Amino acid sequence: MEAHILLEDGTILNGKAFGSCETVIGEIVFNTGMTGYEEVLTDPSYGGQIVTMTYPLVGNYGINHEDVQSDQIQVTGFVVKEWSKYPNHWQCQQTLDDYLKEHHISGIYGVDTRLLTKKIRNYGTMKCMITTEVVSDQLFDQVKSYTFPKDIVSKVSTQHIKKIDSKGLTIGIVDLGIKKGILDQLKRLSCSLVVFPYDTTPEDILAYPCDAVLFSNGPGDPKDVDSAIHTAKTLMGQVPLRGICLGHQILALALGADTYKLKFGHRGSNHPVLELETNKVLITSQNHGYAVRDDSLTDDMEATYTNINDQTNEGFRCVKYQLETVQFHPEEGPGPEDTHYIFDKWIKQLITNKTHQLEV
Amino acid sequence: MPKNNSLRKVLVIGSGPIIIGQAAEFDYAGTQACKALMEEGLQVVLVNSNPATIMTDDNIADKVYIQPLTLEALSSIIEKERPQGLLPTLGGQTGLNLAVELKEAGILDQFNVKLLGTSLASIKKAEDRESFRQLMLDIGEPIPNSRIVESLEEGLSFAGTIGYPIIIRPAYTLGGTGGGIANDEKELREYLHTGLMHSRINQVLLEKSVAGWKEIEYEVMRDSNDTCIIICNMENMDPVGIHTGDSIVVAPSQTLTDQEYHMLRSSALKIIRALEIEGGCNVQYALNPKSKEYIVIEVNPRVSRSSALASKAAGYPIAKIAAKIAVGLHLHEIPNAVTKKTKASFEPTLDYVVTKIPKWPFDKFDYANRTLGTQMKATGEVMAIDRTFESSLLKAVISLEGKETGLRKKEIETMTKEELDYKLSHPDDQRIFVIAEAMRKDFSVSEIQHLTQIDPWFLHKIKHIIDAERRLQKEPLTKELLELTEAMGFTDYEIQALSGQSYAMVDTIRRAHKLYPVYKMVDTCAAEFESTTPYYYSTYEEEDENIISKKEKVLVIGSGPIRIGQGIEFDYCSVHAVWALQKSGYESIIINNNPETVSTDFDTSDKLYFEPLFIEDVFNVIRKEMPKGVIVQFGGQTAINLAPKLVQKGVQILGTSVDSIDVAEDRKRFERLLRELKISQPKGTTVTSYLEAKKAADWLGYPVLVRPSYVIGGRAMMVVRNEEELEAYVKEAVALSSEYPILIDQYIEGKEVEVDAIADREDVLIPGIMEHIERSGVHSGDSICVYPPQTLSDQVIQTILEDTKKLASALQVTGLMNIQFVVKDEKVYVIEVNPRASRTVPILSKVTKVPMVQIAIDLILGTKLKDLPYGTGLYPSTNLIAVKAPVFSFVKLNNVDSALTPEMKSTGEVLGIDNQYERALVKAFKGAGYPFYDKGVVLVSLNEASKKEALPTIKALAEIGFSLLATEGTSDYFKQHAIAHERISKADLTAIENRMKNQEIVMLYNTPTKGKATDRDGFKIRNKAVGLNVPCFTSTDTLNAYIKACKALRDSDELTYETIDYYC
Repeated sequence: MEAHILLEDGTILNGKAFGSCETVIGEIVFNTGMTGYEEVLTDPSYGGQIVTMTYPLVGNYGINHEDVQSDQIQVTGFVVKEWSKYPNHWQCQQTLDDYLKEHHISGIYGVDTRLLTKKIRNYGTMKCMITTEVVSDQLFDQVKSYTFPKDIVSKVSTQHIKKIDSKGLTIGIVDLGIKKGILDQLKRLSCSLVVFPYDTTPEDILAYPCDAVLFSNGPGDPKDVDSAIHTAKTLMGQVPLRGICLGHQILALALGADTYKLKFGHRGSNHPVLELETNKVLITSQNHGYAVRDDSLTDDMEATYTNINDQTNEGFRCVKYQLETVQFHPEEGPGPEDTHYIFDKWIKQLITNKTHQLEV
Repeated sequence: MPKNNSLRKVLVIGSGPIIIGQAAEFDYAGTQACKALMEEGLQVVLVNSNPATIMTDDNIADKVYIQPLTLEALSSIIEKERPQGLLPTLGGQTGLNLAVELKEAGILDQFNVKLLGTSLASIKKAEDRESFRQLMLDIGEPIPNSRIVESLEEGLSFAGTIGYPIIIRPAYTLGGTGGGIANDEKELREYLHTGLMHSRINQVLLEKSVAGWKEIEYEVMRDSNDTCIIICNMENMDPVGIHTGDSIVVAPSQTLTDQEYHMLRSSALKIIRALEIEGGCNVQYALNPKSKEYIVIEVNPRVSRSSALASKAAGYPIAKIAAKIAVGLHLHEIPNAVTKKTKASFEPTLDYVVTKIPKWPFDKFDYANRTLGTQMKATGEVMAIDRTFESSLLKAVISLEGKETGLRKKEIETMTKEELDYKLSHPDDQRIFVIAEAMRKDFSVSEIQHLTQIDPWFLHKIKHIIDAERRLQKEPLTKELLELTEAMGFTDYEIQALSGQSYAMVDTIRRAHKLYPVYKMVDTCAAEFESTTPYYYSTYEEEDENIISKKEKVLVIGSGPIRIGQGIEFDYCSVHAVWALQKSGYESIIINNNPETVSTDFDTSDKLYFEPLFIEDVFNVIRKEMPKGVIVQFGGQTAINLAPKLVQKGVQILGTSVDSIDVAEDRKRFERLLRELKISQPKGTTVTSYLEAKKAADWLGYPVLVRPSYVIGGRAMMVVRNEEELEAYVKEAVALSSEYPILIDQYIEGKEVEVDAIADREDVLIPGIMEHIERSGVHSGDSICVYPPQTLSDQVIQTILEDTKKLASALQVTGLMNIQFVVKDEKVYVIEVNPRASRTVPILSKVTKVPMVQIAIDLILGTKLKDLPYGTGLYPSTNLIAVKAPVFSFVKLNNVDSALTPEMKSTGEVLGIDNQYERALVKAFKGAGYPFYDKGVVLVSLNEASKKEALPTIKALAEIGFSLLATEGTSDYFKQHAIAHERISKADLTAIENRMKNQEIVMLYNTPTKGKATDRDGFKIRNKAVGLNVPCFTSTDTLNAYIKACKALRDSDELTYETIDYYC
C-alpha cells in the first residue's frame, strides 16, 4: 500500500506501508547505527518519536525478543529504505514487519532515507506524519498543530515500585523510561535494584536503604519532568546520585545548570567522547535530543566528558553531593561496549565510599 | 600529543612487485602514507623495487630508491640516509618481513633507527603462530584447536588427535601461500611439504577446520593514547574455507545482530590493545552461524588489502591516518578529511552496501585449477556501492568485465542439475553464476544453503534477482518493472535481452518517466554531518546530491581491476592524467571501480565516480557531467574498448581518434597502412576455419604465431610449430571467441624492441627505446627488458625512429603510443602498435625524467611538442641503465605452466637500476626474487630446437661451478658433446622432487616441447619447481642474462644503491 511521510516543512516523501498502516504523528529523528534496530524500536527514550534508520537494509536478522530494551515497541513510527522479507538468524523469531504489526506500529519503506536524514540535519528535528491516506492540507494541519506530549515520561515509566534482589549494593532507580541494558549492567555487578515510578517522592525513595539513586534515561524535554527535578534536588547530599541521558539532564537542572534542545540530536552507535580526566576517547552509544549547556555548569559541577564532534557536554560530576552523570549510554544496546566500565567504576566508588564512611 | 619531534627523516618500505596476495593496495597505502608524513614536515625516504607505482614518483617522497627490497640494499640505504624512523607497516608482508630482518641483523640498532608505529615485538606476537596463540589464551580470546608443527611427523600425529578436515597455515606468508584444507592424510602430507618450505621460519599451523562458519573481518585502528576505533567491519558472503581475498565480501556485515557485531568489535579492540599496535590492524573471525561462539582466525598487524577495501568502502583513509599515528599524533587531534567538521576518532557509519568481488586470472588460464580454497588466487578486485544489496552485487559483477552483463553465463546455463549440484559444493570463481543458475533450475534456497553454506539472507537476495529476471521474461515491460529492475542493478542490456524489448522501447519508457540514476555521496557519517567529498555512486532513488560545477571538465576512464596484462601501470597513467588535467585548469573526473588503487582515493581527482566501467554507467555519468571530452588512452584495454561505444553515443574522445585506434587493432586496416608506409611486418593473414588456417600456415611456413583478434596481454597467443598443434589450437580458439577470427602470422625469431612515443600530429617525442632480453615468442610483459638498448646498431635504431614517426603521423596520434618491433638480421619489422599508454610508461617516465603522461595530456589539450622543453625525436639517454624483470605468481595458481610463451603470465615487475648493465641485471634478478648461487645442481631438460644453442650456456654454467643433471634426451646430447653430467629419468619425478626439496637442485633449465599440456613430464617438473621455489628458466636468453649477472656478482665490487638522479 502506498504510504507517505509528511514533514513540518511541507515535504512529502512517498513509500510503501508496512507494519500497521495507521496514521501516526510524532517527532522525526534519525539513528545512524548499522545494526540494533530491535534495541532502537524498544528503547523508551524514543517514546513519541518516529525513527528513521540511515542504514538502508533493516530487519536482516529479524527480531529475536532477547535484545529488546523494554517490553514493547516504543517508537511511534519506523521509516526504512528496505525491510528484509527473508531474515535469517539462529535467534530470529519473526520478521520486522510481523513485529510491527503485532505491536500496531506503523512503518514506511521504500523511502530515500538519506534525503530524509539530510532534511532533518538541515531543518532540525521535525514534526512528522506517516499515513496511507491521500495527502491533503488537513493532514498537514494536523502535523503542524501537533505538540510533543509533555507527559511522555509518565507513559514509559513503571507504574509500581519493582524490586530485584541480589547480594551487592542497593541501587535505587528513578525510572524515566529505563532501558533493560542499564538494569542488566547493574545486575552484572550484583546490585540489588529498586525501580521507582518517575514521580515517586524523595521521602518514599529514602524509605529504601539505597546506596545510590540513579536517574535513568528517558524521552523528551527534561524541563517537562518537574517532579523528578524536585526529587533530585531533595535527594542531593542525602544519597549518592547517578544520572544517565535524561537522568543526567535532570540532575544538571537540579544543580542549577541549564539544558537546551539540539538541532537534530545525537542518535547512533559511533559518537566519540573524550574522557577529560584521562584524555581518552570512547566510542559511545547515544540517543538524546536535549543537552546540558556546557557554559551553564555551576561552580559545584565539573565536566567529565565532552563530545568530540560538536563539543557538547557528555557528563559531569559534583563531588559535594557524590553525584556523577553521563549523557551517553554506557550500557549500550545498541552500540559499542567501550563504556561498560563506567558502571564498574561507579559501583567500585560507591563501595569504597561506603566502607570509608563505615570506618569513619 | 603533537608529533614526535625527534623525527626528521623517515624511511618507508614499499611492497615490491605485484603478486597475487599483494597488489595495488600497497601503492595506495604507501602513497597515502608518504603524503601524510610530508604533510607533517618530515623528510621521507622511500624504497620500492616496483617502478609501476605512484609511490615511486619523485613528488611522493623526498628521496625515492627504486632498488631491490633486500636486506643488503636496505642496509646500505639506511647507512647512507640515516633516517631516525622506519615505517614498516605500509609495505604489506614484504615491508614487515624486511623490517624484521633489518632488526634481527642489527642494522636498526647500529644506525639508531626507531621502528615507528607498531613495535617489532607486537609484529612478532601477531605473526608468529605460537606467540599469537599464547597471547589469545592469555587475554581469553577463543582460537581454534591448533598446533604449530615444524615437521611432517609432528603434523600427522596432531591430525590423528583432532581429525580431518584440517586447515594448514604456514607462518609469515602472503595470501596463504602453501596453505589449504586437507581432507585426509595424503592431502595433509602434500600441504605440509610445501607449507613448511614456504614459511620463512619453517613453521606451519595446523588447525581444526571451522569451514562453513561466517567469516567476519574488522579493520581496527589504535593510537599511542590507546584510543581504539573500528573503521569498518566486513562479512564474507563465502563462509570460512575460502580465502577472504577470494571471497565475495560485503561491508558492513549484513547478518550479524548488534550484540554479535559488538561482541566481535570488543574482541578486536581487546586484541589491538593487547598487541599495542599503533596504526591499523585487521582481525578475522569465524562466527558460528548457529550460536554466539566465535574464534579469532588471524590478525594482520599492518595495513592490508582489506584495509584498502575498508578505506574505500567507508571513506576513511586508513593508511594516511596510520602514518600520522606512527609519528605520534592522536586520533582525536586529526581532522576527518571527509567532513572537515569532525575528527578522525570516530567510527564511520555507512548508508549503503558495498560489495567486493575478486578478479581471477582464469579467463587467461582457462586450464588452471579454478577451485577456491584457503590459498588466494585472485589478482585483483572490484568494488561496487549501492543502496540495495542486489544492485551492489550486480554492479560488482558487471565491473569484472567478463562477458556477463548480469548473473547469466552462457556456459553455465547449459549445466544439468547434477553438474550444478557438484559445482555448488565445490566452489570456484564462477560460484555466483552457478548459484543463480541453480535458482533458475529451481533449487531451493535451503538446498543451496546446504551445499554452499552461504547464509540464506544472501541467497534470498540472489533469488530476488532471479525472480526479477523471470518477471522480465514473462511480464510486459511497464514503468514499474523497469524502475524495479533498474534499482536492482540490472543493466539496460540485460533488461532488453530478458524482456525481448528493443533499446528504443526501453529508452522511451525511461524518458517518459525520467528513470535515470541519481548520485549519492560517500561521506563516512550517513549524512549526519555536512560534507563535500567528491566521491559518488549511482543509485535509483529520489535525491540527486551530485553537485555539477560550471568548470570545464575532462573525464578519465580508469582501468578497472588488476589482472594479468592490465596492471597497476594503467592506474599510474590514469592518476597522472588527472593531475595533469588539474594543472591545466580543468576539473578532472575519474570513473573506476578498483578499490585497491590510488585513482580511487577520493582526493586524487576533483571528482570520483565509483562505478562499473560499463558503457551504460559511464554514459550516465557523461550525461550528468557533460565534460568537454573523455580520455581513454590511459585506462588500458578497458577504456579503449569503451571508446567506439562512446563515439556512437556522440561523446567526444580526446586525443588519438577512435578510428586510428581501430586501424591499429583491425588486422586488415593495419596491414594496409604498413604497406602504404613501406614498413615491414611479419607476413600474416586472418582465418575463420581450420582449413583456411592450415593453408595459411603452409604458405607462411612453420613456426607460426596464432592468436584470436582483439586480445589483452596476448591471451591465447601461441607459437605453433606443426600442423598437429595448429589443429588443436584452432579448435580451442574458435570456442574461445567465435565473434572474432584467428590471426596467423609468420613467426620471426628475433630481437624484440619496444618504443613508447608521445605525438601531437606533427612531431613525435620518443622518451626511450627498450630492448628485450628474450627473443620474440615471449610476451613483452613477461620478458626482461633493458633501457637503453645494448645491442642495437645505429641503423636499426634509425629505422625504428623513422617507423615510429611514420606511424604516429599516419595514425595522427595525439598523446601516447607504444610500438613493438622484431629485429632479425638487421631488418626491422613492426609487430604491434598500441595508440594508448603502455605497461612501460611508468618506467620510462621515471628513468628518463620525461613526464610522459603530463606531456600527453598537454598535447591532447592542444599544446604542441615544439612549445615544450623536451624536444622531438629520440630523447637522449644518460649513464643510467635500467633493467625491468617480470615477477610471476605461479606458486598461487595450480596447474599454470610457468614456461614463457607469447601469452602473458606475470603479475608484476621490478626494476634494476645502475650505471653498468650487468649490475642492473643483478639488481633486477634480485628484486624479482631470484637467488644467486655459485654451486649446486642444475637440472637440464631441453627440447630439440634449443639444444644446439644451449651449448655455450651449459658450458658457462659449468664454468661458474654448477654441476649438471640431465634428462634422457638432453643427456644423450651432452654425451655427444662430452659434457660432464649426471643422467636422470624425466619420469622419475619423485627423485627429482626430493633433490629439489633438499635444495640439491638449485635451478631448472627447461625448454618446453609443448605448452599447456599439463600431463607432460616437463610440465610436471616445472610445476614442482614452482611449488618448491626453485628458479626455472624456460628461455635460454633469460638464463644467459642470469649467468651474466652471476658473473658480475662474482667479479665486481659490492653493489651500491642510489636514487635515479645519481645514475643519470
